[in-house]
Amino acid sequence: MSTFDATGISARRPVTGRRVRPGDLLLQVVAGLAALAAIGLVALIAYKVVDGARLSLSTFGLRFLVHSNWDPVHGRFGAAQFLGDTVVTSFGALVLATPLALGIGLFLSELAPTWVRGPVTALVETLAAIPSVVIGLWGIIVLGPLLRDHVDPALHAALGFVPLFGPASGGSNVFTAMVVLAIMILPIISSISRELFLGVPVELKEAALGLGATRWEMVRGVVFPYARGGVAAAMILGLGRAVGEAIATAQVIGAFDNGFSWNLFNPGETLASKIALDFLGATTKLEISSLFYLALILLVFSLVVNLVAQWIVRRVSRRQGLR
Amino acid sequence: MELLAWLAAAVAVGILGVVVWSVAKRGASELNLDLLTKTPVQFAIGNVKQGLANAFVGSIVLVGLATAMALPFGILIAVYLVEFARASVKNGASLVLDVLNGIPSIVIAIFVFGLLVVGHGQSGLAGSFALATLMLPLVARATMEVLALVPDSLREASLALGVPRWRTTLGVVLPQTIGGIMTGTVLAVARIAGETAPLLFTSSVAGTSVLWNPTQPLQSVPLSIFQLSESPVPADHARAWAAALVLLLFILCVSLAARWLATRSRRKLGRAGR
Repeated sequence: MSTFDATGISARRPVTGRRVRPGDLLLQVVAGLAALAAIGLVALIAYKVVDGARLSLSTFGLRFLVHSNWDPVHGRFGAAQFLGDTVVTSFGALVLATPLALGIGLFLSELAPTWVRGPVTALVETLAAIPSVVIGLWGIIVLGPLLRDHVDPALHAALGFVPLFGPASGGSNVFTAMVVLAIMILPIISSISRELFLGVPVELKEAALGLGATRWEMVRGVVFPYARGGVAAAMILGLGRAVGEAIATAQVIGAFDNGFSWNLFNPGETLASKIALDFLGATTKLEISSLFYLALILLVFSLVVNLVAQWIVRRVSRRQGLR
Repeated sequence: MELLAWLAAAVAVGILGVVVWSVAKRGASELNLDLLTKTPVQFAIGNVKQGLANAFVGSIVLVGLATAMALPFGILIAVYLVEFARASVKNGASLVLDVLNGIPSIVIAIFVFGLLVVGHGQSGLAGSFALATLMLPLVARATMEVLALVPDSLREASLALGVPRWRTTLGVVLPQTIGGIMTGTVLAVARIAGETAPLLFTSSVAGTSVLWNPTQPLQSVPLSIFQLSESPVPADHARAWAAALVLLLFILCVSLAARWLATRSRRKLGRAGR
């Protein structure tokens, strides 16, 4: 394998040397420019978003992040409520989706009979392909009323002493958004964890079973610890998706921007849904700029999420390479 | 504990079943030829026959243009990174593609608004540029993966015969990957055909007539569903379900086609490697 790799590098390297064919150079330059343009595109996205947010940045600075009033009439803007609702909906979605996703991953990699695995894997992947606007439509008309009539009152009755489960109101609220987001990130986390579980070396699993472990003990002692880092990365990617989802959230969260409430059954507004619902109706320069500021927060967050997930994946694969 | 894993899988399949069933049940009753051939009527009085022909045409134009922009660009990026770039450049650029893929689509929408819509107004071109931005990392990543599968012996055999690098790349290596690139493209089309957020500020103030001209704002299927779903009128909801059914059927067919293409091209690549 190693000699093969060594020759492989020579067939795929930059065109250099004294005798360069013009055709080779042309293809390298054209393709290289395309790659450079992709990097330029990301830089341009960052520049345009910062540029649009400039007015709001200079007016409010970092106070924007801690002030909660959104008042276009008096020109006062702050993102605190949207930050709070975004954190609550996306972490809530993660809490709901992760155990379920791990169960699915485990089912599809270890437990299910072979003839079940293919079709169920395909079905779970199909769930990922449903457009967010369709999930949102289903959320408004089917899920929202269902939760309002049956789940919200039951949760309030059983856990009403926790401020999160206050009195229930309409079907469009933070909790509905949480459930919709959980459905959307479920296939992401489950398909990654399925692959991680499948990647656990057979020798490790057989060694555990050979020592007399039951199948569940083998899963708990070998499969989960081995895949831990990767599962963390999958959860972070799922979180990133939930935070950035604008359409389905805008459809079901109820569009309420008068302050953060701990009660999950109150309507709210996330960063992304606020942009989606208000941008075209924004009139003053300061309001438009403040919406760009919200987008800037989302952009920075997505950047951090991706880099952290990549860092985890690299660290894990290096550690497993050493084994 | 194993029972819980079974249960989790059942819940996931159940959710999918419930979503698809609700869309099919509510959409099928409203699904007829009028939906595809008639245009919407504003302030309809009584039982006027209306459809979403403008949205279907608009979606075709928007997705087609986005594919035309993202596909050649994405392939070129992948060719450079796999065939020419040093390992460090390749890793760095792959990270940038991942970052681009992770940017929320609503941020892309606001970016394209700032870039193309301010001063020029909304247009189908701006909308398709936003969709192409989402599509680019998907196509580039898929192409990189298949290019990496092409065995080096093939490149070496071609180079040893005296064929220049550019002809080896374009004439020997790339043709091996067409199946894989098509799979990736088809999956990316399925993904962007359902995207609403990028079109929200770039191609949303569209009229009700059927337009093929991308210099004007074009209506699209996902955006129609979004707008109709926010409406208080039940008849609008019915059309939203019908449009959702058509969109869902399209995406399911396209995903199945991609799966079929993937198995076929894998078999072909397997033969070439031998």
